[in-house]
Amino acid sequence: MSEALVQLNRLVKRFDGMPHPAVAEITTAIMGGGITGLAGPDGAGKTTLLRLILGLLKADSGTLSVCGRDPLSEAAEVRDLVAYMPQRFGLYEDLTVIENLTLYADLRAVVGEERRAAFERLLSFTNLAPFGGRLAGALSGGMKQKLGLACALIRTPRLLLLDEPSAGVDPVSRRELWRMVRTLTDEGIGVVWSTAYLDEAERCERVLLMNDGRLIYEGSPSGLTNRMVGRSFHVRNAGEGRRGVLASAAKMPGVIDGVIQGANVRIVMAAGAAPLSAEDFKGVSQVEVTPVPPRFEDAFVNLLGSATPAVSRLAAGTRRAKPDAGPVVEAKELTRRFGSFTAADRISFSIGRGEIFGLLGPNGAGKSTTFKMLCGLLRPTSGEARVAGLDVAVQTSAARNRLGYMAQKFSLYGDLSVAQNLAFFAGVYGLAGARRRRAVERVTEAFSLQRYLNTNAGMLPAGFKQRLALCCAVMHEPPVLFLDEPTSGVDPLTRREFWAHINAFVQSGVTVMVTTHFLDEAEYCDRIALVYRARVIAAGTPDDLKDSVRTHALPDPTLEDAFIALVEADDKKVAA
Amino acid sequence: MSVPEAASADRLRRIIALIRKETRQILRDPSTVIIAIVLPLTLLFLFGYGVSFDARRIEIGLVIEDPTPETGSFTASLTNSSLFAARTARDRRNFESDLVAGRIDGIVVLGSAFSAQGARGDRAPIQVIVDGSDPNKATLVRNYLQGAWGNWLIQEAITRGERMTFPISVEPRVWFNPEIASHHYLVPGSIAIILMLIGALLTALVIAREWERGTMEALLATPVGIIDLLAGKLIPYFVLGMITMALATGTALFLFGVPFRGSFSVLALMTAVFLTTALAQGLLISTLARNQLVAAQSTLISAFLPSFFLSGFVFEIAGMPLPLRIISYAVPARYFVSGLQTLFLAGDVWSVIWPNLAGMAVIAVVYITLTAVKTKTRLD
Repeated sequence: MSEALVQLNRLVKRFDGMPHPAVAEITTAIMGGGITGLAGPDGAGKTTLLRLILGLLKADSGTLSVCGRDPLSEAAEVRDLVAYMPQRFGLYEDLTVIENLTLYADLRAVVGEERRAAFERLLSFTNLAPFGGRLAGALSGGMKQKLGLACALIRTPRLLLLDEPSAGVDPVSRRELWRMVRTLTDEGIGVVWSTAYLDEAERCERVLLMNDGRLIYEGSPSGLTNRMVGRSFHVRNAGEGRRGVLASAAKMPGVIDGVIQGANVRIVMAAGAAPLSAEDFKGVSQVEVTPVPPRFEDAFVNLLGSATPAVSRLAAGTRRAKPDAGPVVEAKELTRRFGSFTAADRISFSIGRGEIFGLLGPNGAGKSTTFKMLCGLLRPTSGEARVAGLDVAVQTSAARNRLGYMAQKFSLYGDLSVAQNLAFFAGVYGLAGARRRRAVERVTEAFSLQRYLNTNAGMLPAGFKQRLALCCAVMHEPPVLFLDEPTSGVDPLTRREFWAHINAFVQSGVTVMVTTHFLDEAEYCDRIALVYRARVIAAGTPDDLKDSVRTHALPDPTLEDAFIALVEADDKKVAA
Repeated sequence: MSVPEAASADRLRRIIALIRKETRQILRDPSTVIIAIVLPLTLLFLFGYGVSFDARRIEIGLVIEDPTPETGSFTASLTNSSLFAARTARDRRNFESDLVAGRIDGIVVLGSAFSAQGARGDRAPIQVIVDGSDPNKATLVRNYLQGAWGNWLIQEAITRGERMTFPISVEPRVWFNPEIASHHYLVPGSIAIILMLIGALLTALVIAREWERGTMEALLATPVGIIDLLAGKLIPYFVLGMITMALATGTALFLFGVPFRGSFSVLALMTAVFLTTALAQGLLISTLARNQLVAAQSTLISAFLPSFFLSGFVFEIAGMPLPLRIISYAVPARYFVSGLQTLFLAGDVWSVIWPNLAGMAVIAVVYITLTAVKTKTRLD
C-alpha cells in the first residue's frame, strides 16, 4: 500500500425520506496498490460512498479528494483516473462484446495502437476473445461480469471501484474474478471492492466495515478477527441433533452467535465468557467441542451485537405434521424443455419429513425450472413431481395448499400495512373468520410483529420484511416450505434470525426445500443436490460433498471449494 | 495538435461513438422500429380512413304529400346525388320511428303546396326534420339538404329559361380545398400529432431505458459530458424522425391523394424545427422520469394529448376559452399543424410559415436549455 488515493473527511450524504444519513460523517483514506474491502449489509451505504468518490453524487457536507482532485469540479479528470463497474456491470446487452469495448474505448479516448493493445490485453485477460461477436445479453453471468470489468479497464486506471462485483455470480466466476483483480493490484492499481459477503471482505488487505451509514471498523481484517481468538468453537458429532444443540446453545449465557456448518455447529462466545466445553451439552447430545480459529463474520456479529433469538416461538405453536414414512417431496426424472433447449434434464431426488434440502447451482443451471415444476407453476415435459403424496401436475391446487412458498425478492404489497398483508395472505390460503384471526394472531406473536402491525410493509426494516414474508408463507401451517434464495443480500444478523426460525420449523417436522447459489445458506441444509447444466451432478450431505473433493493439496475443503471442483470436473467430462 | 484541439477531437469521437451505439441499438431493437414505422402508419391509416367529417350516403326519408312533376324532379335530384339515399312515402309518420331509432338521418317533407309555392319562389316550402341529439350530424344534414334544395331551385329556373332572383344570394367559393374533403386537412394535421408523439416517445423511452438497465451510471462514470450525451441521443433520433416524416408524407400524397402545393425544402425545414422540439421534450421528460412506464405515460399526457386537443387539428382554437387559447401557444403542434396544412393545401405562404417556424424555434430553444440545465452528469 502506497499513497492515499482517496481522502474523506467527515463526509455526509443524506437522502430524503431516509431515517439516517446514507453516509454519516465518514473520515478515512483509501490506499493504492491493494484491495480495500467495503463491507456491510444491504443499505449500509456502500454504493452511495462509491458514487460520491466518483462524483456521481454530491455530498451534503465534508470534504473528499480523489487522486488529489475534487470529484465534482474536476469530474472529467477524476473519471479519467478512476474506473468504475456498477452493480449490473453497465453493459449494453444489444451490443456485442467488441462493440461494448469499442464504445468505452471511444468514450475514454483510447485509440489507434493503444486501443489494439488494450483489446488484446483485456480479451486474453478475461478469456473473452472467442466471444467477441456475441451479444452481451447472450453471455452468462460470469462472462458479463468479466466484460464489465474489461470495459472499466479500457484505460488502465489508478483506482478501480467495483460495486458488489460478485453478487449473483456463481463461485467459479467469483474465484476467477479474484484472480483477475489480484493481477491488477500487482500492477499497482488501487481497488475498492464492495461486498455484502464477509468471507470476501476477509480476503482484502484492508477493510472498511459499514453499517447504517457509519464506519464501524477500518483496518486489516485480521485486526478485527484477532480480537475473537479463543472465542470460537465447533461442536462436532452432533449429527441429527445439531439443530437441538444450536437451540440449546442459544439459551446459554455467554453465547453470542451460533450457526450450523454442515454436520457441525459453530458457536462464538462473548468476551470474558468461559470457554465452551462438551459438558455444556450433556443433557442434549453426546458431542465433542473443539476450538477453531475465528473468522471475520464472528467479529462482525460481535461488533453488531448478538442476534440469535432465544428460541423461535413460532414453531412451538405450529401443528405438528403427521408422522409419515414416505418422502414428502419427490422429483422423479423431472425434465423440462423449452424448444430445443433443455432447462432440466431427468432431475430426481426425494426429501424426507423434517429435512432441509438444498438445490444448489450457478445461475441458469436449472434450479428455478425444477423449483417451478415442484410448485406446479410449470408443467414438466416428462417426469413427475410429488408434494405430500400428491402429483403436482394433476392435483395442483391441493398440492399447493400443502406448501408455503417464499420468493427470492420481497413479494408482499409494500403499500399495504403489515396487518393488511397478513389478512390478505390468510384469505388467499382460504382461512376465514375465527381461523383467520387465530392464524394472524399466532404469527404476529411468534414473529413479534405487534409493533409494526399498522406500518406499511414497504417501510419495514430489512429484517422485519424478511420475517413478514416468512409469516405470510406459513400462515396456513403447511407441512412443506419452499424457499427461493431466502437470505441472499441479507446481512448476517438477519440471516441468523431467519434460520433460527427455519430450524424451529424443521424440528417440529416441517420439510424445507431451499434453492440457492449462496454457500452460507447451503451449509444449513441436511442434504444438497448440486445442479449444473440442467442435471444433478452431485448429491449428498454438505460434508459428503466436501469429502468428495478432499485431496492432499486441499485437506480441508470448504463447500465453495467442493462446488468449484465438482463443476470443473463436470466441465472436463463434457469437454472430453 | 494543441490541447484544446485534442479535447475537441476527443469530444467529437465520443459523440460519434454514442451515435454509432444508438444506431446499432435502433437497428437491433424491434420496439424502436415499431414506434418509428408501424405506429405512425397505423395512426395515419386510422386518421386517414377512420376519422372524417364529410357526410357520405345520408339516409333520408322523403315525404311527398302530393306527387307532382316538380316533386318528381326534386326526388330525382336527391337520389341521383351520391350524398343521399332516399326512400319515399306519403306520410311523415311512416318515418318518425326510423328517425327515432337512428335508421335514417333526416326527414324531408314536401308539403301539398310544394309545386305551387315553389313556382312562385316566395318561400322554401320544404320541411327538414333532423335528430338534434347529434348536433354535428344534424347541422350537416340540414346544410346538405339546403344546398341540394338551392341547387334544385336553380336547375328548375334554368330549365324554365328564367333567372332566379334572390334578395341576397350567397355564393360560397371554397379556396384551397375545393372538394371540402376533410381528410385533406386531417391527414397533414395528423402527421403533426404523430410526429410529436413519436419524437417525444422515442427519446423519453430510450433514456429511461438506460437508467433502468444501469448503463447510464456506467456512461456517467466515463469522461462523457452533457453536450456529448444530448447530441448522442438527439442526432440518431432526429434522423429516424425525418425518415418517419418522409414515410408519412409519402403515404399522405400517394395513398390518400392529399395535394401538396408547397415545396419539399420548406417542408423539410419545418419538420426539422418541429422534430427538434419533440425530441427535446422527450429528453426533458426522461431527465425527470427514470423508468420507461413513467416516461411513456408522461409523454402521452404532456405531448400527445395537448397536441391532439390544442393544436387546432380537430378543434378550432378560435372557439376555445381564453385560458386554453393562451396555453395553445406553448403547444408546438399548433404551429406545425397550421404550417403543414398551409404547405399541403395552399403552398409556400411565407406570411403563415414564418410565424409558425418562429413559434416552434422558441419552444425548441426553451426545451433544450431546460434539458441542458436539468441534466447533470450526476445521479442526484
